[in-house]
Amino acid sequence: MSLLTIKNLKARVEEKDILKGFNLTVNPGEVHAIMGPNGSGKSTLASVLAGNPNYEVTDGEVDFDGKDLLEMAPEERAREGLFLAFQYPIEIPGVSNVNFMKSAVAEVRKHRGLEPFDAKEFLAFMKEKKELVELSGSLAGRAVNEGFSGGEKKRNEIFQMAMLNPKLAILDETDSGLDIDALRIVASGVNKLRSKDNAFIIITHYQRLLDYIVPDFVHVLYNGKIVRSGTKELALELEEKGYDWIKEELAEA
Amino acid sequence: MAEENQALKEFTEKEYEYGWSIDIETDQLPKGLSEETVRAISFKKNEPEWLLEWRLKAFRYWLTLVEPEWAHVKYPKIDFQDIIYYSAPKKKVELGSLDEVDADMLETFKKLGISLEEQKRLMNVAGSNVAVDAVFDSVSVKTTFQETLRDKGIIFCSFSEAVQSHPELIKKYLGSVVPYTDNYYSALNSAVFSDGSFCFIPKGVRCPMELSTYFRINAMNTGQFERTLVVADEDSYCSYLEGCTAPQRDENQLHAAVVELVSMKGAEIKYSTVQNWYPGDKNGKGGIYNFVTKRGICAGAYSKISWTQVETGSAVTWKYPSCILKGDNSIGEFYSVAVTNNYQQADTGTKMIHLGKNTKSTIISKGISAGHSNNSYRGLVKIGKNATNARNFSQCDSLLLSSTSGAHTFPYIECGNKTAKVEHEATTSKVGEDQIFYCNQRGLDTEQAIGLIVNGYCKEVLNKLPMEFAVEAQKLLAVSLEGSVG
Repeated sequence: MSLLTIKNLKARVEEKDILKGFNLTVNPGEVHAIMGPNGSGKSTLASVLAGNPNYEVTDGEVDFDGKDLLEMAPEERAREGLFLAFQYPIEIPGVSNVNFMKSAVAEVRKHRGLEPFDAKEFLAFMKEKKELVELSGSLAGRAVNEGFSGGEKKRNEIFQMAMLNPKLAILDETDSGLDIDALRIVASGVNKLRSKDNAFIIITHYQRLLDYIVPDFVHVLYNGKIVRSGTKELALELEEKGYDWIKEELAEA
Repeated sequence: MAEENQALKEFTEKEYEYGWSIDIETDQLPKGLSEETVRAISFKKNEPEWLLEWRLKAFRYWLTLVEPEWAHVKYPKIDFQDIIYYSAPKKKVELGSLDEVDADMLETFKKLGISLEEQKRLMNVAGSNVAVDAVFDSVSVKTTFQETLRDKGIIFCSFSEAVQSHPELIKKYLGSVVPYTDNYYSALNSAVFSDGSFCFIPKGVRCPMELSTYFRINAMNTGQFERTLVVADEDSYCSYLEGCTAPQRDENQLHAAVVELVSMKGAEIKYSTVQNWYPGDKNGKGGIYNFVTKRGICAGAYSKISWTQVETGSAVTWKYPSCILKGDNSIGEFYSVAVTNNYQQADTGTKMIHLGKNTKSTIISKGISAGHSNNSYRGLVKIGKNATNARNFSQCDSLLLSSTSGAHTFPYIECGNKTAKVEHEATTSKVGEDQIFYCNQRGLDTEQAIGLIVNGYCKEVLNKLPMEFAVEAQKLLAVSLEGSVG
């Protein structure tokens, strides 16, 4: 059974239609890359799936692991195992990463019928995940994203993902603003977390990230719809030729 | 957006949890205020003549005053003849073992979710390290740990008891920091105060436990006018906490306390308040008028006074815990979180009066406004002409949780010495929907998200509270903000 099935999804923000009939099926164990020019609707897709209240869904269905995703509040989606690595992670001054994650992990575990970790278990669990994504000790102790560099924020997102162990993770331009070392660390974190039971949707502008996280499928999003799907070769082709040839082909059709 | 607002609305509409009252037989004076009332209170307390005289002077002075109106708050005129000025539970005992305490009274303490720990303390459970004095309506009903404290020479008891057992100390310090002529409410309090707490730490003694007073208004139409006096003799230290709750009633009730602190050479007093008086309902009906005068004097060199307050309750709050920095090199601190929701109004802040050389003060104020509430910071930093090298740092932050609430800042600076350095920083921000969504996306509901964000915002201040109360204060913040963003 598929993990995520999106049918004819239409969504708008501030009266402007962005997604115009989006379809996608993601199975457990798969990594899908979604590429496309600016303004094609990539980030809107991520926001709509996570339940951002600023976006309005006007049509379509989304099934997530047998449940109607669009019916769920954002926090329920998260507890059900949907994770969004934000393009611009938010700062929460005064709230330590440790506390933030402790609350979040407790909620997710409660939802899964598990007892919360006690302090010792939690710290051990956190240490393990920190090492997995090579997050330094000081970042974990600091307030959530406060005063973090762009790269540190992105690594913190991957760390949170590791802590919450989602079924489906959506990475919204996680590679933007990363230098090559940070990119490698982020990618290696994702690769370590990949399993036959979870899936990833990777939203990116550039093929570069896909050198490190090799996708099973690559989709091109243009004007609110997927206009082309393929394997990782499609990404290389896009890198070489840009998006204009797709636009031209679509104009001719 | 609409959904978000709905969730926020629900979150901020949680009800006051301490709104019960209990039938305890009380010994009350009839409503009304006159010299007779003042005499009757003094008589009931079996007070010495000088104290009655002092009360009467205060009362006569009060008659010449008019109610102040400069604060940024609005409320109907108070009818001072419609208040009961003395109400005491008819109790069998003053102190002693638990069996002697009125069963209903213990029931009252049990009902106070926050005081589970305090209950233990009230029951003198071994291992607890907080001594509690509980003021119920007008009188103090139970002070714990007297013996442990007595071993150190510390006096911690109800004010009335201190009047009897240590009249010389009361006579020396009562009104020494807040004279009855200070303001309208301090004059009223001086005339009719019925009880409160007294604490004296002798020279060189570090008080081994937190001292705590718990205030509750129970009887209807009762005003609570307590008087707290803390004196720390040379090189001593104490940490003092007060907490308070009141039943839910439709009428407003008046609370006008006076707190005086005296810190001698090298001494330090840390005074923390978690104020949770009934704030009124969500339409602004009922609630406590909290008109309080709190002031401390750093009388000797190298002395220190630190005020920490978490204000979440009361319909109207009017309160400026202040420090007079008289001793050279003395330090004053004020850390405040004031939360207003629904139709609450708070006008609060501090005064730092620098008189001595090299005196230093720090002010950190965090105002949080939600619903239709109004939250004002009002502060005065005054540098006297002899206060060479005085330093002040003030930071006043406001956080808005709704577009219908208000945040205001009224900082006053008077500088009489050109070597002084005074810094003032202020910010105003709104809880971002993006912050809430970010928390939601990690599995936290909106209520938890706001709790977390607000606690993070107040962290600098909450960190100053004694450990066992910091946790309570955090919970209290979340509860008072239910339904607050919009």
